[in-house]
Amino acid sequence: MGTGLVQPASIREGEQALVENKANCEQVWREISSYVDGEVDTALRQTMEEHFQSCKRCASVLAGMRNVVQLYGDERMLEVPAGFSRRLEKRLASDVAAQGKRWSSWSAWLVPVAAMALIAGSVVLMNSLTFKNFIQSRHAQPGNNIPPDLVVVVSDGSKLFHVPGCAFIRDKASERTMTAKEAMRDGYVPCTRCLRQYLKTGLTPPSGQQFAATASEAEEERQEQEVDLSTARH
Amino acid sequence: MSEPDMVLINPEQTQPAREQDLILNVQRGKNELFYELVRPYERRVYAAALAILRNEQDAEDAAQEAMLKAFANIRQFRAEARFSTWLIQITVNEALMRRRRERTVVMEGIDDRRRDEEAEYAPRDFADWREIPSEALERKEVRQRLAEALATLDRKYREVFVMRDMEHLNIQETAEALGISVASVKTRLLRARLMLRDLLAAGWEQGWFSRLPFEKGNKPW
Repeated sequence: MGTGLVQPASIREGEQALVENKANCEQVWREISSYVDGEVDTALRQTMEEHFQSCKRCASVLAGMRNVVQLYGDERMLEVPAGFSRRLEKRLASDVAAQGKRWSSWSAWLVPVAAMALIAGSVVLMNSLTFKNFIQSRHAQPGNNIPPDLVVVVSDGSKLFHVPGCAFIRDKASERTMTAKEAMRDGYVPCTRCLRQYLKTGLTPPSGQQFAATASEAEEERQEQEVDLSTARH
Repeated sequence: MSEPDMVLINPEQTQPAREQDLILNVQRGKNELFYELVRPYERRVYAAALAILRNEQDAEDAAQEAMLKAFANIRQFRAEARFSTWLIQITVNEALMRRRRERTVVMEGIDDRRRDEEAEYAPRDFADWREIPSEALERKEVRQRLAEALATLDRKYREVFVMRDMEHLNIQETAEALGISVASVKTRLLRARLMLRDLLAAGWEQGWFSRLPFEKGNKPW
């Protein structure tokens, strides 16, 4: 390796070239690959071209390198073993077809989605089994925390019971007073407005909302309660 | 004649469009078109794998596996990239991964690092270059000689040379495919080309290319 650099003839010729062309053979060899690829700037290209004209050795290196690039760059140099194409086609036909059945474009996303759904379902199930009151609709709360002896009011046309004076009591003329325990025994459910403090909702109501409803909102709410008492929507 | 018949079709221009169509169709689930898409590159894929693995059977296995990985990831291919480059990159990754599993190659790697510290390579043969015409490639014997010369190079030079001069990746793509710097690609490419030139010159003198129709005084053209 590198012995070519110390050959007297090479050095003499390199020096001569340096004097004549401002580039010696070593410099030319260093750049000759980039030169072949057309990746040297104009000034260097010109200097090298001049050098090749006067230096037979470097001209020989250049010709040889171009020949190498041309020969090896030929498509015919890309040979494959006998039967390669057939075996490749066969393998692709079987494996790609198999993958295609399982992973066709329209169903490919279904698998991860199904997996996510399974995981999500498991989490929900686990939560429902172990953390019963963690996240539940406030509408679904039983009145477990309401003092049984609390005086409450029920009225006709509604299955809600209220604290006396609640703005959401429907048909005040038919009001009847009883204890919370009696109301729940009779199938009444607590009003989420006036009895909110007793319901563990896990949600912090916006301040001032509890009794800030306007008369029209109260009317809407009554209508909703009439439509479906079991799924009261607020 | 109707107007479309008068339009000259330039294969250079229509090929990428055809390829893009194939890619889109495969991406949309027409899996049966995948082989048609990769067939023009099967030899390049094999050559890339062979450059790294140096064993025909391993190279074929790696080439097949790379094709399957390309299929599995075809939806990640973006049109702004060259498909051939993307395919070669997958192949190189597959081959390099397989080679890392081969314990014997570790020794070759150490050997290569040692040699890398040596002085620059200088050409040895300055005789008038006797060109080997590309027609010579019609002869299996010549192709085999060239392949043998290439196989004698250290892997670091062989890999860069194959990616650049046989796979026709550019310098940047070669650097990315092999995970080395652009400067390393340039240095190794220069050295590989110089070494192959010397090997071919020596081969000529040893009669590798003798008895060929293009030999001096016996030119068929």
